[in-house]
Amino acid sequence: MTEQPAAPEQPAAPAGPARTDFADGEWHRLHPATPLFRGGIAFVAIIGVLIVNLRDRLLAIFVGADDDDFVSGGDLESDAIDYIVREELIIVALLVGIGVLALIVAGFWLSWRVHMFRITDEVVEVRSGILFRTNRKARLDRIQGINIARPFVPRLFGAAKLEISVAGNDANVPLAYLRGADADALRRDILLLASGAQRAGRPADPAAPAAADAAGSGIGGMLEQRAAELLAPELDVEVAQPQSVVHMNPGRLIGSTLLSETTIILVAMLVALTVFIAITGELGLLLAMFPGLIGLGGFLVTRITRSLRYSIAATPDGVRVGFGLLSTTNETLPPGRIHSVKISQPLLWRPAGWWQIAVNRASRSSQNGAAGQQQTTILPVGNLDDVRAVLRLLLPEVATDEAMPVLEQGILGRDADGGYTVSPPRARVLRWFSRRRNGYLVGPTAVLLRAGAIWRSLTIVPLTRTQSVAVRQGPLLRALRLGEVHVHTVAGPIVPSIGALDRRDAMRLFDDVARASVSAAQADTSHRWRQA
Amino acid sequence: MTTTPDPTPAAEPDASGTDASTTDASSIDASTEPPSLVRPETEWQRVSPRYIPVDMIGTLIFGAIATAAGFLPYWFGWQEGWFIGAGIAVIFLITLALTPRRVRAIGYLLREDDLLFRRGIMFQRFVAVPYGRMQLVDISRGPIARAFGLAELKFVTAAALSGVLIPGLPLAEAEQLRDHLVAVAETRRAGL
Repeated sequence: MTEQPAAPEQPAAPAGPARTDFADGEWHRLHPATPLFRGGIAFVAIIGVLIVNLRDRLLAIFVGADDDDFVSGGDLESDAIDYIVREELIIVALLVGIGVLALIVAGFWLSWRVHMFRITDEVVEVRSGILFRTNRKARLDRIQGINIARPFVPRLFGAAKLEISVAGNDANVPLAYLRGADADALRRDILLLASGAQRAGRPADPAAPAAADAAGSGIGGMLEQRAAELLAPELDVEVAQPQSVVHMNPGRLIGSTLLSETTIILVAMLVALTVFIAITGELGLLLAMFPGLIGLGGFLVTRITRSLRYSIAATPDGVRVGFGLLSTTNETLPPGRIHSVKISQPLLWRPAGWWQIAVNRASRSSQNGAAGQQQTTILPVGNLDDVRAVLRLLLPEVATDEAMPVLEQGILGRDADGGYTVSPPRARVLRWFSRRRNGYLVGPTAVLLRAGAIWRSLTIVPLTRTQSVAVRQGPLLRALRLGEVHVHTVAGPIVPSIGALDRRDAMRLFDDVARASVSAAQADTSHRWRQA
Repeated sequence: MTTTPDPTPAAEPDASGTDASTTDASSIDASTEPPSLVRPETEWQRVSPRYIPVDMIGTLIFGAIATAAGFLPYWFGWQEGWFIGAGIAVIFLITLALTPRRVRAIGYLLREDDLLFRRGIMFQRFVAVPYGRMQLVDISRGPIARAFGLAELKFVTAAALSGVLIPGLPLAEAEQLRDHLVAVAETRRAGL
């Protein structure tokens, strides 16, 4: 990773106190409107529901309709209100209501008061809670990724949610909510601290600090700023090197979604339904299947809207993946946080030449990824050029220019082209069509496992990230003198393994990976990626 | 990749001295070599023979319960149902008979930079775990193993599938091994 191209002595650098001061090691509070975004909207909704339910009663009070046509149905709420009216406790009830309201507001305010965070050179720390106090610390050099999510309503108010993920399940430190510009600056600062670069050497931020000042110029200025933020492109061009950006073509996105398994299920259901109705003339089944159909259709629409405006780009502190039309999300993965990469092709995408890329990561973000999938799907759909570009971003030390032909052989090739070792002919019993594709290659920086002739895939495991390696043989493989090898990485959608190898090849792969991963791990410095 | 592995195994660099088998094995005619996985290492650390009765007692208890459950349909009046229980009993008896062989196949080896672990005869499995990848070491003792003075050691990495569980170690040996592993892991510490 090279240093950010921005000039360090930019005169516009003395950004306001709202910018990088978050990372000064002192305690800070979140966006003042946080309670509103977190619980306030639900609170307003509850009041709305109450009002709707009391509508008849209110109408009766204001319009003065008599109670003859009032059909209470005997539900609890009406009875309680009847009781209050009968016993003339309206004043008491109102007081109680106001008291509860005040308590809730005070609770929200207090929880905002005590919810504080600080970022030091070593850790990011959050403390929160009134009755049950929690205090969470995450070491900066263990950061697996930083995610900035802008759900639709907070986004309207210019707020964003920053989530720092460290390794493990539910091991995230959320900072919800911050001002949008602050969130971006804070992420840059945290990553800079985590990278091992010196605090003094922090490069000045080229992204406009004027945005923060604009808020001061009255409501009109604020609205203008909101509108500008809403309409701004999802990816700030100044953050990323433009040549490294991969965008999603909307036509391809819609096409790939239509060619997915879900669509096939949907179409099959519709056809079955039509045939059934045509034969029996009964419409009952239509009603029964309606919710399922709506659900599937909704799933497809969500997939498309979530992946719109998808982009993946290189920044000085890692790969940035962003997407979303109304609610936007973008995540920065520092170098060396990707434990394995799988390039695969669903059968129906084959005529179009589309591929998707998934990764294994040590952390699980609570935010869903593009296409409503887990955030492990880095590239929902792309052609071979996109695959190449994304591989360069994800694994720069593996996907070098010299290695590209070998990787392409892994994606498309078969037999020993590119140096792969494939299954012997006797493995045809187990790999009917893919015998000549089923192979491996141990490169200087990664293990490549190639598989599948119908559902083609290539799994890349960087040697710096392998946890252990195993070779196995059961009775069936024994009879065929074959073996299988598993390369263990952190848990994720990818299980890197290769079966039906000649047992001697399997043992050689085992030895090579065991030896190479030890030396690679010793040379690895990615936990402090900018430290010399 | 800048370098591709040499297709002729004989030319492979012999870095640690432990993979001489690849050169040897390829020179042997495939018909004379056993079809199983062959490792060059011969001096495996084996688990205590006292683990055989521990494993057998465990299998026996579990097998008795499973067999009794298998006979339930028979006792509840299904006259032809006896074969379920009988089948389960036969499976457990075979497992029991193979226990000594299976226990003797468990072995581990402390190599220069990683721990090599093997188990299984019918289902062979070899695992190599670099010391630097260790997240924690667990020593646990079940009631039967404790009666025999044994413990089992679990080497945990960030990958759930690593699965290095060495049973049947005498307690002192297990603790010594744990301390050794922690010490070498500290000197070779790697990131995640």
